[in-house]
Amino acid sequence: MGKNVATRDAYGEALLEVGAAYPEVVVLDADLSKSTKTAKFAERYPERFFNMGIAEQNLMGTAAGLAAAGKIPFASTFAIFATGRAFEQIRNSIAYPHLNVKIAATHAGLTVGEDGGSHQATEDIAIMRAIPNLTVLVPADGVETKKAVWAAVRHQGPVYLRLGRPAVPVIFGEDYDFALGRAAVLREGDKVALLATGIMVSEALKAADLLAGEGIEASVINVSTIKPLDVETVVTFARRCGAVVTAEEHNILGGLGGAVAEALAENCPVPMVRVGVRDVFGRSGTPEELLQAYGLTADSIAGAARAVVRRKG
Amino acid sequence: MDEETRKYLEEKARTLRRHIIRMLAEAGSGHPGGSLSAADIVTALYFRVLRLDPRNPAWPERDRFVLSKGHAAPALYAALAERGFFPVEDLWGLRKLSSHLQGHPDMRKTPGVEASTGSLGQGLAMANGMALAGKLDRKDYRVYALIGDGEMEEGEIWEAAMAASHYRLDNLTVFLDYNGLQIDGPTSQVMSTEPVEEKWRSFRWNVIPIDGHDFGQILTAIEQAREHLGQPTMIVARTIKGKGVSFMENAVGWHGNAPTREQAQKALAELGGEPVSE
Repeated sequence: MGKNVATRDAYGEALLEVGAAYPEVVVLDADLSKSTKTAKFAERYPERFFNMGIAEQNLMGTAAGLAAAGKIPFASTFAIFATGRAFEQIRNSIAYPHLNVKIAATHAGLTVGEDGGSHQATEDIAIMRAIPNLTVLVPADGVETKKAVWAAVRHQGPVYLRLGRPAVPVIFGEDYDFALGRAAVLREGDKVALLATGIMVSEALKAADLLAGEGIEASVINVSTIKPLDVETVVTFARRCGAVVTAEEHNILGGLGGAVAEALAENCPVPMVRVGVRDVFGRSGTPEELLQAYGLTADSIAGAARAVVRRKG
Repeated sequence: MDEETRKYLEEKARTLRRHIIRMLAEAGSGHPGGSLSAADIVTALYFRVLRLDPRNPAWPERDRFVLSKGHAAPALYAALAERGFFPVEDLWGLRKLSSHLQGHPDMRKTPGVEASTGSLGQGLAMANGMALAGKLDRKDYRVYALIGDGEMEEGEIWEAAMAASHYRLDNLTVFLDYNGLQIDGPTSQVMSTEPVEEKWRSFRWNVIPIDGHDFGQILTAIEQAREHLGQPTMIVARTIKGKGVSFMENAVGWHGNAPTREQAQKALAELGGEPVSE
């Protein structure tokens, strides 16, 4: 895999792999197949690809029906439309009957970029996380995306897979050991635990380098399965470090920060800072400009870590 | 249709209606009007049309029936019980905590229920998915769905309507339970849906208007749908909400109110058969 890869591109490639291995895999899109990268599957397996047009409710409902008849449907559109427009179809047609639909939503978060706030889903994790039966995955890079797609196919039940638009650094080797439901410890340190998800994982690793230069040894944990949350690992590192920073390309309400805060409040309350979008909408700009403007950077994570370490008793 | 079949179906439909009244009275809540208007269509499907095996509800070759207007669940449950998917006694547990019979159909709890429905507009899309899967697997099972006329106000219905004709789902037959009433009043007053037949025709469906309480017309329409290739079929079935119980017929108030025990006894007396003693 190259140096920088968009997770949506890795998804498109992974679909070809699982499509070859599982004849029951079918793919549905809502007129965005070139952007969600399902077009490659459509070209390779035209009879197993269904374009539903600009109709996300029917996209999810049809996927549910296909799953009820034994197929493994991947339903793709942008995160804002999947979780916003089709929320209730995901809840009632897919999750409530525990149907085997994989919702692969691309263009999540601020890094949609120039299309602006109307298209930047920064609440999708919160929405999906509140639905029973649904597994929520947020891969950090292209390698993890491919492994997450394979894990989603092998998992019996509905999955929400959150993917991004721009090319992002590849941080894992092909030997990266991904397991659904397990947070991955990428670096160990005792002063502060940096829990990150999605594109913020590479920023957290950079932040750990910055902090190490100042004598603050940080653990970095990739929480790619937001639900079910790996509470054991989260609590273990909160206890060990005594301070936690979460980082996500999502509203600080209800996403990774929310999930970790809930787990720690009940099991191991420690000083904590959430790095994320601070309950505001996004706007137009390049992805880099937006990440800078909204404080989703290694510098912000390092700053939060310094502040939270000072709060330790 | 011969006279014997007609008598058999009319008797079954009466049994289903009696079950519906008793279930709702026992539950103390639920939707009699739309259950009774759909009862003849459901009877025809379950006792003359659908290829099913009650001992093997997951049989891959079975026909599928999706009750998109899920609030008519009592009609579906009564048919499933009479077909032997579960004991008739289960019906009296409707809507109770210990029962598998939920207020709206739940495919994970009740044997024979093909789709979890009740949030209006969603069942037709699910039926589309089942029909697409049937085409993909070159199976000869057929998919049936029942939608309400109020339900047609949901946008997802028209998304699904477009997709079904786009994908030429001629293995899909849908009934419109056109009883003309919804919760807040006559459909024509709440939100005009006319011209209904023209709408479905313009969405490139094969449209067959019938009397939804005439078994001859129901079965003939299903046969015509089976023979019609290249398009899904919409059977626009004119029905009477509350059909079979005089004081419930065409009465808006009986959409979502269960009968009291006295009202239930009166309804059961009208429907004939043995009186129910409690």
